[in-house]
Formats: sequence, structure tokens, C-alpha cells
Amino acid sequence: MLTKRIIPCLDIKDGRTVKGTNFVNLRDAGDPVELGALYAKEGADELVFLDITATVEKRKTLSELANRISHHINIPFTVGGGIGSVQDVSVLLQNGADKISVNTAAYKNPQLVNELAKEFGSQCVVLAIDTKKEEDGEWYVYLNGGRTKTGTKCFEWAKQAVELGAGEILLTSMNHDGTKQGFALDITRILSEQLPVPVIASGGGGTMEHFVTVFEEGKADAALAASIFHFKEISITGLKQYLFSKEVEVRL
Amino acid sequence: MNLVIIKYNAGNIQSVLYALERIGAEAKVTDNVNEIQRADKVIFPGVGEASSAMRYLKERGLDMIIKNLQQPVLGICLGMQLMCRFSEENNVDCLNIFDEDVKYFGKAAGAAKQLKIPQIGWNNIYDLKTPLFNEVPDGSYAYFVHSYYAALGEHTIATTDYILPYSSALHKNNFYGVQFHPEKSAGKGEQILKNFIAI
Repeated sequence: MLTKRIIPCLDIKDGRTVKGTNFVNLRDAGDPVELGALYAKEGADELVFLDITATVEKRKTLSELANRISHHINIPFTVGGGIGSVQDVSVLLQNGADKISVNTAAYKNPQLVNELAKEFGSQCVVLAIDTKKEEDGEWYVYLNGGRTKTGTKCFEWAKQAVELGAGEILLTSMNHDGTKQGFALDITRILSEQLPVPVIASGGGGTMEHFVTVFEEGKADAALAASIFHFKEISITGLKQYLFSKEVEVRL
Repeated sequence: MNLVIIKYNAGNIQSVLYALERIGAEAKVTDNVNEIQRADKVIFPGVGEASSAMRYLKERGLDMIIKNLQQPVLGICLGMQLMCRFSEENNVDCLNIFDEDVKYFGKAAGAAKQLKIPQIGWNNIYDLKTPLFNEVPDGSYAYFVHSYYAALGEHTIATTDYILPYSSALHKNNFYGVQFHPEKSAGKGEQILKNFIAI
């Protein structure tokens, strides 16, 4: 059976991991390749590298990083962060990235999703959405790393992007991100049940039970988390064994 | 060992090259007919669309070259599908090395079971046959990304279930094909690449 996927996310700045980690056994915990390889060894199903560098050197650094990752890591990986053109994507894929994720640039120019899907195939186009539930009970799309509110509802943008060719949705709930109180089950389930593409739930995973819930109740195809893995609050090996014991289909 | 990866308009060529480097194998990426014919082993990778890939191969005469290779050949993902008889992806005649057909998951009976297309992720490969799967336990997980599948047939050497049981690997004479991505399937995938090199 197709398994549920566990995806650690690494934030990258100037080619280095940003958030601190407490991996004492790593020679260089700031090296995304070394940390990624460790996660792969522990049983991560995929990796996401999110680049938050703002400099003009960014593109070169990111493509060099993709190249190093694909030389050292034997599971699929996605690269995201500020990707805005077919040319950006072409360079990353040529350097071995399996998928790229687009967010603000795709919202501002939805045809980008279509162009990328036509040029490289839907399977490598991940649409990342940062969303927040407002007082009216609706989920809205936010841009620029959550700093800019839009009036667009999350489901509507996701649906449009899938029609344009997005092959997967990476859904981050801003209400839940960083809380460790569990994932946003309602919006994850709506997207997963009503759209024909896989949904990666992100934001709020704090306990192993939260992952069981996001798969069973949220119907997520994959779950992404960062700091709980970086700070070893939850080990990937332990999490996957726990999911297996709860009869969630996982790769052990 | 003179290992060649066929260069054409497909997506995962670099990933396959890097995976071979990880297991200590050197390969050359080329579309040069002489180099392909002289190689000890040939890998035919691929992520992309079937009809444009077939058109590209035909324009360069690579279709007949691949079909007539005598050395071990490994097709990966789209590469494997192109080695089949026919693909429903824009209804194109393929290389007809394997007489299995490639069909769309969405048309398979039972597709209404809410399974998503493409299949993206890790799934089991079972009923494994041939030395390609030496030291790969039955039921191992491999990484898949695809919307079309090769039906089960006499050349099936691995089976996977998604919507229905289908061929996750095929074999006939010197030709092998895998639907999954060994270059992205962690240790088991690397073992399969090593096994191919050792054939």
C-alpha cells in the first residue's frame, strides 16, 4: 500500500540550516546536507529545503546546495523559497532537485504554475500555501512568509492551482505553526478530500499522537515538521514505529 | 565497466547519474549512437510525457537503436513505459520491447476509491523475480511518481498495488524496466542499481 510520508523541513540561509539543532553527534549541524542525510538514514520519506536567503547570490547558492544534496542523499527532496520563474526551476531540477515549491510568486502570477507543469510535469510542482483562519471562520491565503494577508480563501486558491497543474499542496496553518498543539485538521481534510492531489500538512505537530490524528482525521497524505525533529523532541524512527503500532501505513 | 545513460528530453537524468556516483559507479550521459551501442550496460531513465519523448527518440533514430541493443538495458519510470507496446498517454506507439500496454490509472475500474493520481510516494514491490532484486526482500518499499501503469503480463518481475495490481518491473531477454525510481528509493534502490550493474 502507498504509505503516509514523514517529511522533515530544513530552513536554509546562505547555504546553512537556520534553526539551531541539538544533534550532538553531527560534525556540523549547520550543514543541511549532513542533517538531511541523517534524517534519510533515520527513515524520513522525503526532505524539504526552504531557502530564506534574501541576497542576490541566492540562486547560485541554492543550486549548488541542490547539487550537493543530490550527490549525498538517496531519497526525494523538494526545494522552495523565492522561486519565481521557469529558469529558476530548470536550474534546480538540473542540479538534482526532485520537486520545487512555489508560493507567493505563483499567487501573484498563477500562470507560472501552468508554465512549470507544462515544462517539467505536475509531479515536480508543489504549491505551498500559508493559511490562517480568521474570526469569520474562513481560511485565507497569506503571502510573503505570512506577512501579507489576501482576501482569497485557501480552498479556492488551492483548487485553481491544481487546475493549473500543481501536483501537490504543502499546507501550513499559521494558527497552528509553532504551537505544538496539533495540526489544522479541518482545512487539511477539506483540501485532501476535495482535491485530486496529495496534501502535505504542516504546522502544529508536537506529539506523535498529532501525526496519527492528521493522517486519520485530517486525511493528510504526508506530514511535515521542523523543530520537533531538529531538537530531537521526536525521533523520526520512533515516530514511524509509533505510527505503525497505530496501524498507519508507513515505510519502516 | 562502460556504463551509459541515454540522454534525451527527460527529467531525472542527473538524479540517476548522481545515484550511480553514490554507489561508486561512473556513467556517461550521451545521445551518441556509437557510445550507446558500445556500452557494457545502458540505463534509459525518464520523467516526462510519453508522446513527446517518443517523438524525440524517433527524430534522432534512437528508437531503433534502443530496441536492438544486445547488452543489459534498464528503463526507469518513463523509460520503462516507453519500452512497452503502447501508451495511453496521448495514445502513442512505443518501442514494443515488452508487449504489455501502458494505461491511465484514472480509467482503471475502482479508480473511484478516492485514490489520488498521480501516485506519489512509497509503495511495496512484491513477487520479485530475476537477479535484479537480489538481496531486496519481497515487499520492500520503493519510491513512485506516476499516473500511468504497465499492466500485469508474462514479463512482470515485480508487482505493486495502487487502485489495482500492476507491473512495477518488467524483464525480457536483456531488457529490464522498473516503474519506481531506484535512484530515490534509499538503500533498496541502491541495491537494485548495484544488481543491474552486476548482471
